[in-house]
Amino acid sequence: MQQKKKARLSAGQIALIVIGVLFFAVMLVWPLVEVLYRALKDGWELYWGAVTARTTLSALRVTLLAAVIALLVDTFFALAASWLLTKFEFRGKSVLTTLIDIPFSISPVIAGLAFIMMFGRSGLATPVVNWFNDTFGADIALVFSIPGVVLATIFVTFPYVLRELLPAMNLQGSAEEEAAALLGAGGLTIFRRVTLPHIKWPLLYGMVLCAARAFGEFGAVYAVSKARGETFTLPLEVDALYMSGGAEAITQAFAVSSILVALALVMLILKNIAEWRAKKSY
Amino acid sequence: MSCNVMKSRSLPKLTALGLCVCLLAGLLTGCGSSSGEASEGEDASVIELLNVSYDPTREFYEAYNELFAAYYEETYGVTVEITQSHGGSGSQARSVIEGNEADVVTLALAHDITLIEQEGMIDEGWLDEFDNNSSPYTSTIVFLVRAGNEKNIQDWDDLLQEGVDIITPDPKSSGGACWNFLAAWYYAQQQYGEDEEQIKEFMRTLYANVLVMDSGARGATTTFVENGQGDVLIAWENEALQTLADYPDEYELITPSVSILAEPSVAIVDENVDDHDTAEAAQEYLEYLYTDEAQRLIGEYYYRPTNEEILGEFSDVFDLEVELCTIDDFGGWDEAYETFFQDDAIFDEIYNS
Amino acid sequence: MKQKRNRVIPGFGLTLGITVTMLSLLILLPLASVLIRSFELTPAEFWETITRSNVVGAFQTSILCALIAAAINCVFGLILAWILERYEFPGKRLIDGMIELPFALPTAVAGITLAKMYSDQGALGQALSRLGIQGSYSRVGLVIALVFVGIPFVVRSIQPVLRKLPPACEEAALMLGASRGFTFRHVILPELTPALLTGFGLALARGIGEYGSVIYISGNSSKNGTQVVSYVIMQKLNSGSADYVSAAAIALVLLAISFLLMLLLNMVQWFAARRTR
Repeated sequence: MQQKKKARLSAGQIALIVIGVLFFAVMLVWPLVEVLYRALKDGWELYWGAVTARTTLSALRVTLLAAVIALLVDTFFALAASWLLTKFEFRGKSVLTTLIDIPFSISPVIAGLAFIMMFGRSGLATPVVNWFNDTFGADIALVFSIPGVVLATIFVTFPYVLRELLPAMNLQGSAEEEAAALLGAGGLTIFRRVTLPHIKWPLLYGMVLCAARAFGEFGAVYAVSKARGETFTLPLEVDALYMSGGAEAITQAFAVSSILVALALVMLILKNIAEWRAKKSY
Repeated sequence: MSCNVMKSRSLPKLTALGLCVCLLAGLLTGCGSSSGEASEGEDASVIELLNVSYDPTREFYEAYNELFAAYYEETYGVTVEITQSHGGSGSQARSVIEGNEADVVTLALAHDITLIEQEGMIDEGWLDEFDNNSSPYTSTIVFLVRAGNEKNIQDWDDLLQEGVDIITPDPKSSGGACWNFLAAWYYAQQQYGEDEEQIKEFMRTLYANVLVMDSGARGATTTFVENGQGDVLIAWENEALQTLADYPDEYELITPSVSILAEPSVAIVDENVDDHDTAEAAQEYLEYLYTDEAQRLIGEYYYRPTNEEILGEFSDVFDLEVELCTIDDFGGWDEAYETFFQDDAIFDEIYNS
Repeated sequence: MKQKRNRVIPGFGLTLGITVTMLSLLILLPLASVLIRSFELTPAEFWETITRSNVVGAFQTSILCALIAAAINCVFGLILAWILERYEFPGKRLIDGMIELPFALPTAVAGITLAKMYSDQGALGQALSRLGIQGSYSRVGLVIALVFVGIPFVVRSIQPVLRKLPPACEEAALMLGASRGFTFRHVILPELTPALLTGFGLALARGIGEYGSVIYISGNSSKNGTQVVSYVIMQKLNSGSADYVSAAAIALVLLAISFLLMLLLNMVQWFAARRTR
């Protein structure tokens, strides 16, 4: 079959391949090359300086912290929600599914706006936060602070793990779980022994996508993070450098971008491994 | 069956579990941030200040913070760590109102600080708290053109020629852009006197030539310089001079016949310094801007020092002859903002028609 | 809540509780604030705010550019998915593995890079300007940015369907004497339509609200029609008059559009699922 296909490529098919590959090269590969080229065009020294600058390292820390927490929260949510959505039928299920999908289609700007309106100084939930802080002697600020960045990241990445998990859970059906339950196994045992082995690669795949998205979030975090070197994430650092105008700063912006590109590529590789294992495990 | 028992009990119990996870996430992150603040409280020998400023002051405050930290350490034996926040002036003011814990604000125009004052976070009378309307440095609005000045732009009316592409930021989100608008308006006012229709026509033609309207002054400079858009950039004088220094021989600075004295204002955010217990350091931080050393540094970063004597030292840098109107010619910032920049005020009328 | 009695599997209460609680706290509660804030306006004021010429213009720009970009993506997405599923050629695995790149690449990075590439000084920008087309700072630039962010949605929606659609089907049609065009239109396209619509809808939804990748490349002038909705919301927040309520009102409209789109998409998927049953 493979062999035949290969041999039979007609002119039209080759044209299609060429169009596809060209589109891919110009739209997707070129920007990558452009980032690296612009990052390195003024030499290694400037590049290394930009990548190891205090503000860059702090931004890297914040980015990783936000992504890890978002990932944990999203994964926990995805496991619970996918169990709910695939093992049971109940009224309002489709509404719930649509609601969960909201962050997927929503403008990140709205997410930022929402957090400011909720937790900002004159926000709707601010009295609650203040009461909490006064009562417990805590000092939690939910905007313009690390927690704000984390919350915004969670918001935009919320359904990502779930979306990858749902099809796999659907495909698997619930016969095995039912059998296990009838044999008297508890919920957690069923999940650990029966479900998890089937879904671990799709789960990982979703987590990788989620992390990739978390690394790169800009619009929402932009609204709730203002202090460079404290609460800035890498994309915000890129923006700050790019917007500071000087030719050198722009090269630095691309240098910092190259860290994000590297992260993105690592994520893509992990994703492909997960995908490949997922396919193999069926 | 066991699962039935679990079902009936589990809903409330496990809703609580979900809540716990959310809270845990909150606490985890909360700890991250509060640990930073705790060190401030325990370790009295380090004072942390947050200066919320606007875009073009980035380089200046970086240098100034070093100067000030050295001075403070020497005088009081206390280390000051200053964090900077930059962005469009209006949005920076918003962020302070929304809870960005600024100790001091150093913004592009007084109106933005008034916004914070209206929230009760800054005490009234801040404008007279420091010298020169609380403006330690001033600047003005000039044109930056590409070398050779192909379109022969010398004054405001040259901007109206057909085929001239102007880059200026959006007055709705950029303080600098407001100054640009007012300077042009002042020129037209001198040409046409009281005839407001003609002035508006002048402004309409000018803004019809605007090619790219970035959200901030820095973005506009990037568009003009780095991405090669437009024939002329209406810019802060300090930005224009900085660009000349960065790219010798590539650009020319044109000073129009009249312009406006832009007075970026500084103020202490009283509510926040009370919370942080940093009132004295904040006061000192802003006062030190008026010392000779700081004023010289201001001149080196192409802002006009308000100290006349030191301004004189930089007479070869700045065109001191240009006629400058001030915001008082427009009745002060609050009035000017209402007349020109609010929704459906003159700017919207001109730009959207 | 009347449950069907086939629930032998435990954990309904647990997972329902967790799902609803987390969803409410993390997503719905913040969004509710947008709703509540925009209700501070009277209906007349609300209407006036969202029908202001620059707001309407921004909606037009965002929707139009997102539509064009999604359409372009459907064409190229279909081609990419097709060659990835049907043909063998060198580098195929690499392409397949990198389709999600726009997804993984931060939008801000994509934004500054594309702005540079397509400006008069970038290589592709120069090529375009020789054709008399302005790349960056025009609607063309917006569309390019949105094509970039939208492409994975279309490819990844189509691929699984194409994989399940046996090549034998096409071969049979071809052997029976149908032309390639006919085969495509009448055999393949009907099967792909739901997936194509889903991809189109996802790319569209993403494009209408996109911020990071478009702000740098947009000329951001309401006059030239390059101002997008998400920028107008930011502008309202950033302006000296600090117009929160207007920002919330515009955001609400945008929210309604995305919600409607998602609902339509779910309906498409639902219909598709029913048809194949």
